[in-house]
Amino acid sequence: MVQLRLPKNSRVLTGKTWPKPKGATNIRKFKVYRWSPDDNENPRVDTYFVDVDTCGPMILDALIKIKSEIDPTLTFRRSCREGICGSCAMNIDGINTLACIYGLDEIKGDINIYPLPHMPVIKDLIPDLTNFYAQHASIMPWLETKTNRPSEEWKQSIEDRKKLDGLYECVMCASCSTSCPSYWWNSDRYLGPAALLHAYRWIIDSRDQATDERLKDLDDPFKLYRCHTIMNCAKTCPKGLNPALAIAEVKKLMVEKAN
Amino acid sequence: MGEFTMADTDQSNRPLSPHLTIYRPQLTSVSSILIRITGNALIFCVFLIIWWLFAAATSEQYFIFADAILTSWFGELVLLCSLWAIWYHFLGGVRHLIWDRAIGLDLKTAEIFGWIVVIGSFLLTILTVILL
Repeated sequence: MVQLRLPKNSRVLTGKTWPKPKGATNIRKFKVYRWSPDDNENPRVDTYFVDVDTCGPMILDALIKIKSEIDPTLTFRRSCREGICGSCAMNIDGINTLACIYGLDEIKGDINIYPLPHMPVIKDLIPDLTNFYAQHASIMPWLETKTNRPSEEWKQSIEDRKKLDGLYECVMCASCSTSCPSYWWNSDRYLGPAALLHAYRWIIDSRDQATDERLKDLDDPFKLYRCHTIMNCAKTCPKGLNPALAIAEVKKLMVEKAN
Repeated sequence: MGEFTMADTDQSNRPLSPHLTIYRPQLTSVSSILIRITGNALIFCVFLIIWWLFAAATSEQYFIFADAILTSWFGELVLLCSLWAIWYHFLGGVRHLIWDRAIGLDLKTAEIFGWIVVIGSFLLTILTVILL
């Protein structure tokens, strides 16, 4: 359901402004969303000042610096620091991206950081992705085969393998799905761009033998057809993939199948 | 075997993270929602025109009254906006027809389509006003 306003317990208040670092000449202002399950308070936005001269170049570097030098309670996910694990996805400067591969120099002025939009918050910048992962699992993200296992491997021509390019690179960071207004309003029934991109990745895999079942499962007014080609997904994907195109291809296959 | 305690899974008090108010509007998203807005606005316009015809079928006096409202500066403004809305909705629809063939969905082309729909709707509105 479309609910434009945040629920009462989710409305964001002004938080604490932390002191500026001493002796720094090149300071940038960070406004970061905070919420803790331990106190009974509404979320707030805290303000931090980071000395950029002694900080790494990426948003994640600044967050780590804040955590280690200013406020150890700031909570966020991170792991690989090179855009391959998908852990540090968050809303930075109004778009969803990975903090580890988004440069401080890509933003002018204050740097606003929020958790991925329209998600239940576990703490600070950490959203609950349970539903997102369940949707991914629901599209059967594995090779389904019916014929006997070949003596060597499931072979694929170079041309057929090329069809997976632009799909297999997805790191499931959830940036796309949580950028999609359709997903905001209908994430209980609409699978969202990430899960649908994965669905298409298996549908067009020449080795997969469950194409019809996969298409039949998606043939639903909500699961697939809540995509209205808003394209926030493709615009925001930190890996430069295009879920909107993958979804359009699935819709096209639906028509071909019906004929 | 040691005690195993599950993580606290009580989700009742978890806030919903901000969305509309913090997400930066994109050319593609704004041009998309405008299709819906123009579509809904045009329903109102259709009622207005039906009312106009209804008035003409009722009595001369009633028609003069309705006609005066629709041809007043405000009425003309509403109709001019509706004209733009028709063109916008039409071009947006054409864009969707193209996209439904999975063509023009790369970001660059999609954004060019966005500008074509926005600028095209204004140009066609001006053209229509000049020609009529």
